[in-house]
Amino acid sequence: MRTQFTTDDGIVGAVDGVSFSVESGQVLGIVGESGSGKSVTCLTIMGLNDPRATTSSGEVLFRGEDLLKASPRRLREIRGNEIAMIFQDPMTSLNPVHKIGTQLEEALTLHENATKKQARARALEMLTAVGIPRPERRIDDYPHQFSGGMRQRVMIAMSLINSPDLVIADEPTTALDVTTQAQILALIKRLQEDFGSAVIMITHDLGVVAETADEVVVMYGAKIAEQGPVDAIFSQPRHPYTWGLMGSLPRLDVAVERLEQIPGQPPSLLRPPSGCRFHPRCRYAMAKCISEVPRLEQLEYDPRHSEACHLDESTKAREAAALLTTFSEAAS
Amino acid sequence: MFRYLVRRLLWAGVLFLAVTFVTYVIFFLVPANPARLAAGQNATPEHIADVEEFLGLDRPFYVQYYRFLKRLVTEGSLGHSFLNRRSVNEEIYQAAPVTGSLVFGAMLLVLSISIPIGILSALRPRSLLDRAAMVYVLVGISLPSFWIALVLSYFIGYRLGWTPIAGYCEVLSVPEASTCGGFVDWAYHMILPWLTLAIVVAGTYVRFIRAEVMETMTQDYVRTARAKGAPARRVMRAHILRNAMLPIVTIIGLDIGILLGGAIFIEQVFGLPGLGTTAINAIGQFDLPVLQGVVIFGAVAIIVFTLIVDLLYAWIDPRIRLT
Repeated sequence: MRTQFTTDDGIVGAVDGVSFSVESGQVLGIVGESGSGKSVTCLTIMGLNDPRATTSSGEVLFRGEDLLKASPRRLREIRGNEIAMIFQDPMTSLNPVHKIGTQLEEALTLHENATKKQARARALEMLTAVGIPRPERRIDDYPHQFSGGMRQRVMIAMSLINSPDLVIADEPTTALDVTTQAQILALIKRLQEDFGSAVIMITHDLGVVAETADEVVVMYGAKIAEQGPVDAIFSQPRHPYTWGLMGSLPRLDVAVERLEQIPGQPPSLLRPPSGCRFHPRCRYAMAKCISEVPRLEQLEYDPRHSEACHLDESTKAREAAALLTTFSEAAS
Repeated sequence: MFRYLVRRLLWAGVLFLAVTFVTYVIFFLVPANPARLAAGQNATPEHIADVEEFLGLDRPFYVQYYRFLKRLVTEGSLGHSFLNRRSVNEEIYQAAPVTGSLVFGAMLLVLSISIPIGILSALRPRSLLDRAAMVYVLVGISLPSFWIALVLSYFIGYRLGWTPIAGYCEVLSVPEASTCGGFVDWAYHMILPWLTLAIVVAGTYVRFIRAEVMETMTQDYVRTARAKGAPARRVMRAHILRNAMLPIVTIIGLDIGILLGGAIFIEQVFGLPGLGTTAINAIGQFDLPVLQGVVIFGAVAIIVFTLIVDLLYAWIDPRIRLT
């Protein structure tokens, strides 16, 4: 799938040839820096980009239906109903002048004919399910009367109220403190099992991915750098960007002097680097990396796992192993 | 809430005192003798002195001010005109409804024009409609109100004859001495004044509504509403407008309060016997009590409407809690 934004400065290729799939009941984690294209990918799935400035191409197949070709009416039917989205900042994602009960009920009544009593009952159910204490009192409160964590729970309730098949969570915990983060992630995981939805979890935090995801897509510069099952990615990472991400993870079990940084800045998507987009920041960069865009290829020994890098397999295996041993070495 | 009201009313009292005081002081700095005017053309100096004493103008400033306040508080009376001894209250009761019709009618017109245009401009920025609207705004703000009034009066009233050129008719009944009255006559005579005031005021509102709607459209909760599958009309009504229109309440209230003090130019051009005309006549004749009355009425109008707006805002925006 490709998504481009037309701006005054030119065309920004926000998503450039991204392809992945999610199975029902599965959690797919999309990891990447700010500006890597992960949010735009999901907004494109939902059709929420500004139609006047956006062009998308490719296919977004949802149960066999291509959402990129769907009518606006069909998209409205799907949104909030079959595919739901949880946004990043709970402080601003709720309408401040409507009670949260009203907003919850709206999510329901937009797609189902329910009486006021029924809608309210269902809203109360959902508030209980996400762990809001004394829901019958809180349902008539306004968003500003809730804390960040509570608001995010309300957002989660709103997304699940119609039992969607797919939930897209765009950095649901980034704006929350760490303890609340853990609670929200646990909640999402539990609800996902209870409701049986598939989840796409967007995050910049590898820790979140390790905790919740079954499959992982690592995005860089509007393209996929590496993708595969979560244990494969963590035990055998095969892309220098992934190594950089893992190396910069703070760890409790290991004493490290300095966190490793990936030098440089995320690439401009207006005028992206030639060849491999990571090459300006990659310590393994070769001449080929500047001229030729690496293709996403499956690993020989594990077809579920793919990566896009020109380095040969033996170097990759060696570097990955070295990275993982530094962790256990420092520990001992 | 109650404590808030009490505080606001006390503060209103302070403002009121300040306004009347300043008006008094200014008047005293002007070198003129109302007694001479009141006494007439052929008055002798003794006659003028008599009038002075009668009107209490020979007493010191603070005495006059004290007497004024005392009369206002104990009798609710604003005094009597220096010129014709009519009760100032009477003058104001007669003039205020005229200004009131002008202001409220014009505001209705302003809102019914500026809200749709503002919203459409915000939805289609840089379109032909948007650019035309911005040109209109600039023109409307820049042109003096009396110029617009004169132009409309001349072309539409005089040349085309579509509306009366000037004059005011009572809305509820036909007074014995006049030739027109009743709702139709009243509205007919008010068309040009309404149009003029609306042209002057609407520009600001269009700009403001456009800016508010444009900003609200980018808010996260609007995106959430779309992500829930809400159709565009619902998003606009329940989410965008419900938020974007809040600040407008404040502005409308303030504008009404201010305009009620007397839209002087428009009243003069169209011959409307409202508060503006009353004030101008009083100024010309140094008729202090009448002028004082108009100023006080204007101040009270602003104070009252500001208070109404504050209370209204607290009611419609759940984030505001009056303490």
